[in-house]
Amino acid sequence: MNKTSFSTYDTAWCPGCGNFAILDCLKEALEQLGKDPSKVLMAAGIGQAAKTPQYISANAFCGLHGRALPAAVAIKIANENLTVIVDTGDGDSYGEGGNHFIHNIRRNVDITHFVHDNQVYGLTKGQASPTSMLGMVTGVQTDGNFNEPLNPMLLAIAAGAGFVARAFSGHKQHLIEMMKLAITYKGYAIVDILQPCVSFNKINTFAWYNKRVYELDKTYDSTNKALAMQRAMEFGEQIPIGVLYREEKATYHQKNQVLKRGIPLLERKTEADFVNKLIKSYV
Amino acid sequence: MYNLLIGGAAGQGIDTTVAVLEKLLKKSGYNVFTVRDFMSRVRGGHNFSLLRFGTENIYSHSDQLDGIVALDKLTIELHQGQLKANGFILCDSKVALSAPNIISLGMDTMAKELGNPRVSGSVAVGAVLKLFGETLDGVENALENIVKPQYLESNYKAVQEGYLAVEEYFPHLPGKHSDEMLISGSKAVALGAIAAGLRFYAAYPMSPSTAILEAIAANADAAGIVVEQAEDEIAAINMAIGSSYAGARAMTGTSGGGFSLMVEALGLSGMAEIPLVVIDVQRPGPVTGLPTRTEQSDLKFVISASQGEFPRMVIALRNSQDAFYQTMRAFDLAEKYQIPVILLSDQYIGDATATVPPFDPQRVQVADPGMDYDGKGEYLRYRYTASGISPRLIPGTSRHLVTIDSDEHDEKGWITESSEVRTKMVDKRMKKLEGIEQQLQEPEFIGSAGFETLILGWGSTWGPIKEAIALLNEGEQDKYAALVFGDVYPLPQKLLKEKAGKAKIIINVEQNATGQLAGLISEETGITCNGGILKYDGRQISGEEIAHRIRKGEVK
Repeated sequence: MNKTSFSTYDTAWCPGCGNFAILDCLKEALEQLGKDPSKVLMAAGIGQAAKTPQYISANAFCGLHGRALPAAVAIKIANENLTVIVDTGDGDSYGEGGNHFIHNIRRNVDITHFVHDNQVYGLTKGQASPTSMLGMVTGVQTDGNFNEPLNPMLLAIAAGAGFVARAFSGHKQHLIEMMKLAITYKGYAIVDILQPCVSFNKINTFAWYNKRVYELDKTYDSTNKALAMQRAMEFGEQIPIGVLYREEKATYHQKNQVLKRGIPLLERKTEADFVNKLIKSYV
Repeated sequence: MYNLLIGGAAGQGIDTTVAVLEKLLKKSGYNVFTVRDFMSRVRGGHNFSLLRFGTENIYSHSDQLDGIVALDKLTIELHQGQLKANGFILCDSKVALSAPNIISLGMDTMAKELGNPRVSGSVAVGAVLKLFGETLDGVENALENIVKPQYLESNYKAVQEGYLAVEEYFPHLPGKHSDEMLISGSKAVALGAIAAGLRFYAAYPMSPSTAILEAIAANADAAGIVVEQAEDEIAAINMAIGSSYAGARAMTGTSGGGFSLMVEALGLSGMAEIPLVVIDVQRPGPVTGLPTRTEQSDLKFVISASQGEFPRMVIALRNSQDAFYQTMRAFDLAEKYQIPVILLSDQYIGDATATVPPFDPQRVQVADPGMDYDGKGEYLRYRYTASGISPRLIPGTSRHLVTIDSDEHDEKGWITESSEVRTKMVDKRMKKLEGIEQQLQEPEFIGSAGFETLILGWGSTWGPIKEAIALLNEGEQDKYAALVFGDVYPLPQKLLKEKAGKAKIIINVEQNATGQLAGLISEETGITCNGGILKYDGRQISGEEIAHRIRKGEVK
């Protein structure tokens, strides 16, 4: 893989972490798409996955836990020439940031959201995440997790997302393809990336995922919403990976009266005449 | 000077009636000051507006009335005690009261006969114009801006009928203010933001800050501003920070409850050094408090909100004029020092409309987002500098990468746990305070040199305090003076120390229960107040009440 543009840095992850593969694939996808690092903006909140922007040569907005999405959509609103990627974890995306997840699907700003979904909290050392499976015993869930795991794919499709995909850090070529499709999709695109947490998730291991995931083939119709919901619910002995649902929709920039005129927001100027007219309207 | 109360239930059209009247009275040459007192309900209850107009300067409301327009009986019951001996009460004939000063008019019947029961307020407009010796000049124009086209004719006829139905009660006074603006504090904030080159405003609706959101939204498409109603205040402020980082000037606004949700992100603006303007339009707390009423109880909260330490600036708005210019200045300071600047308004100043000289945007220069980077050596977003201000580049506009982090970071913006870097970075950020302190504006001094008693206030009590000083000094050889703070944090101290040193008695006047300004002053300067006038019933103190309480010694 050629990763000269997006560089390589030392990381603070545990050896064997799924994050390494995801980071590799991200650099590869950006490289293959011919992206210029200075025109790429990586946004994240807090968590192990949220460290990703620190390990890639691009602009980086490492903000607050759970709040990567609102910052990222506003960055894209401010400057549509940036390729904006939120790259962060399941706790950040679905737990602390759950409300933003729902509402940014409605906005449909043209950004990409990669969720490193290891079904556990890594940075805080092993508590249940919103996607942890029933029965997972942790230092907090001492009797085993008894709260229903969230199904982010089903939720995203139901909430109206136009690009909903699942991938696995162990299927790297497939993951690169998913990332490229998501980045080039016009609108909000989410890829839930299953990954092992070698330190804290002893249930959903690399082998556990590897045994279950299967790639959706060409016969699968990703434009059929009902079918997509069915596939999204498949999370047990078999887990489909690929684009579960895809629909072309008007983006935020196409819907907003100011942005649809095609001038990046940060380049606009307020005319003195306009302000003076406005002031006069109060006389 | 005249003082008119227009009251009734929510949904009876008080707002429209007042909006038409205040505009016409201003056009006729008067100075106008209108306050709005309303309940947190859409229908029923008791709401009123106080419309004060005259040829002299008017800084706030007054409790003594020359006239009452009662759209319901409750208005008369609640307010007739405030009516001066020569004042009138205009009411619908249905109210069926008779007294020499009661002008009973079949407003509802007249409206029905005009085919639109909702135009009774316009009948009142016509009657009021006649009662105060006004003409019908400009009525159509004023209605056009407020009433939907299909209702224009019936409203205009209603005004005419109301005008013909009564006799002049008070004479017209010739004023010179027809070419001035009539604007509320919140709309002036919106105008200031637009004039400063605002590009993005995100907010979650919350009284009494929604007026700003709506005023910006009303002009957004024409001005080239994106307005986004966020899912919550946390999203709103994080959006504003994201937009500002990416080079589009941004602001968010809320009231105390929403500000509480914004607190963590306020620290992000401080830590990541991203310019941000936030306005807190205060209302009585804690929590939901009194949603549509006024208070000044968020001062100590906003000056210390968010964990850790970082430089910030807090500016309290004193009137509509301040609202415009200080909002522009807030954007400049936020950009220059790469800090959060918090504007403190409140329901009183936010919703009150006042006559002000037309704003001049040229008076405030606002720094552009980003700053020149000489291109020499490696670009470091958080480079150590003598001023503490580091070169801010906008991502995507150069070949350099711009990295920001909420973690402690090194000069490049990368996470660090180095004790040396940590200390240097805190010092770098706090160093900016030295520059900020050079920019501070001293409080407004009201009164003259030989005073004995010094009143201290901040923000919206400016108007009432100004009027109180005039009342107190009548025949008292200018014994009273005041300092009213706009810039309140960091606290400007020069004038305070000078005037406090000369004062025999110092009294703080604040719309809160604990005397937050007095506490801040004491903490920062050691100057203590001898007593305070504190009001926290959700209603703004008047100049008369301040003067009365000082004269009676009702100072705690």
